[in-house]
Amino acid sequence: MSRLLIRDLVLAVRAGGGFGLGLAFFLIVVVLVPFGVGPEAALLSRIAPGILWIGALLASLLSLDRIFQLDFEDGSLDLLATAPIPMEGVVAVKALAHWLTTGLPLVLAAPVLGILLNLPQPGYGWLVLSLAVGTPALSMIGAFGAALTVGLKRGGLLLSLLVLPLYVPTLIYGTEVARRGAAGLELATPLALLAGITLASVALLPFAASAALRVNLR
Amino acid sequence: MSIWEYANPLKFMGWTAPLVPVLSVLAAAALMLGLIWGYFFTPDDYRMGATVKIIYIHVPSAMMAINAWAMMLVASLIWLVRRHHVSALAAKAAAPVGMIMTVIALVTGAIWGQPMWGTWWAWDPRLTSFLILFLFYLGYMAMWAAIENPDTAADLTSVLCLVGSVFAILSRYAVNFWNQGLHQGASLSLDAEENVADVFWFPLLVVIAGFVLLFLALVLVRTRTEIRARRLHAIALRERMG
Repeated sequence: MSRLLIRDLVLAVRAGGGFGLGLAFFLIVVVLVPFGVGPEAALLSRIAPGILWIGALLASLLSLDRIFQLDFEDGSLDLLATAPIPMEGVVAVKALAHWLTTGLPLVLAAPVLGILLNLPQPGYGWLVLSLAVGTPALSMIGAFGAALTVGLKRGGLLLSLLVLPLYVPTLIYGTEVARRGAAGLELATPLALLAGITLASVALLPFAASAALRVNLR
Repeated sequence: MSIWEYANPLKFMGWTAPLVPVLSVLAAAALMLGLIWGYFFTPDDYRMGATVKIIYIHVPSAMMAINAWAMMLVASLIWLVRRHHVSALAAKAAAPVGMIMTVIALVTGAIWGQPMWGTWWAWDPRLTSFLILFLFYLGYMAMWAAIENPDTAADLTSVLCLVGSVFAILSRYAVNFWNQGLHQGASLSLDAEENVADVFWFPLLVVIAGFVLLFLALVLVRTRTEIRARRLHAIALRERMG
């Protein structure tokens, strides 16, 4: 399983554009928002946590179809399915690789982009924490969506339609943590709920995703 | 003789054939009785005036929107566990009906909200979670439409329905957390402190019964159509082979 993780990471870094592209997309979304809503600092600092979260969500959405698609096309997914490791493990490892290549860079880049959006001073730590806790759930839910649509020729749009509603609870609690952190409010409840969603997704969704993959490989 | 024998497509077609007209007539009768009773023989509300009568469409359609998803959930489970094709087709058939019910609930809610709250739309937890439910219906139906192999489609949409149900419930409580509501709480349940007055409640019950019957009739018709389409497809394949 660690081999699989390393293989996926190497593929993501070397096979053009997977690694930096999500980060560049995140940057562009954040840069475009002030053009859309105006450069007023007070407004930007109020909506900064939400924008950063939506940017992270879209950036991780865009790279989802890579999780299984290439392996499905060249047949390595069939090999993985017959390999001695359980399918659930394959799904979890692939989601982890997706998180390491898209989620983690976003978490690290978020404070820098927070400066661009005039995020209030106390918010930085909480923003990073909320993204660090929440983005694994995005990768795991996304892996489930990718497993559902892997057999389709043009699954990209359907994938977004399926996955985005599933992102709603994560987004709500994630932005709530970041927003309350920026405003200096009490935030233990949304943080605990966010962590709960992440843990439950990581614990349960590999089973659903591998069931979907088995159907698609049939 | 077990209950599952009724799920055999041939038997299903047999016992639903006489049921559809009965259900349709009952649904029409209940809807007519309830709506005429509600619209013409109940007083206007002292605060809301005549707009209160939207309740006779709004509440039943909202209930059916949720119950249709619950029915799809049960049908998906039955398909995954026992692999009765009729069950998968019934789930497929219920989705558009449930989606339309969601749209009706949202639209009548907007029409009701405009004079009462002064706005067509508010980001209220109930309204928002209905919008999210609508998105779930869209995704579910798009999934059915996108996959060619019917068994694969049934499997994948069933898994989606199960996971989607969990996330729909999660979203329902997450939006509660996210914003305070304009929408009133439950006022129909038997244990609620403040309930709808009996004058409105009895016709409303009749309309709800009508909506349930209408839903059943529509789902049966659509399921029967799906079974027929499946048979036609099989015949067409056989002729191409022969």
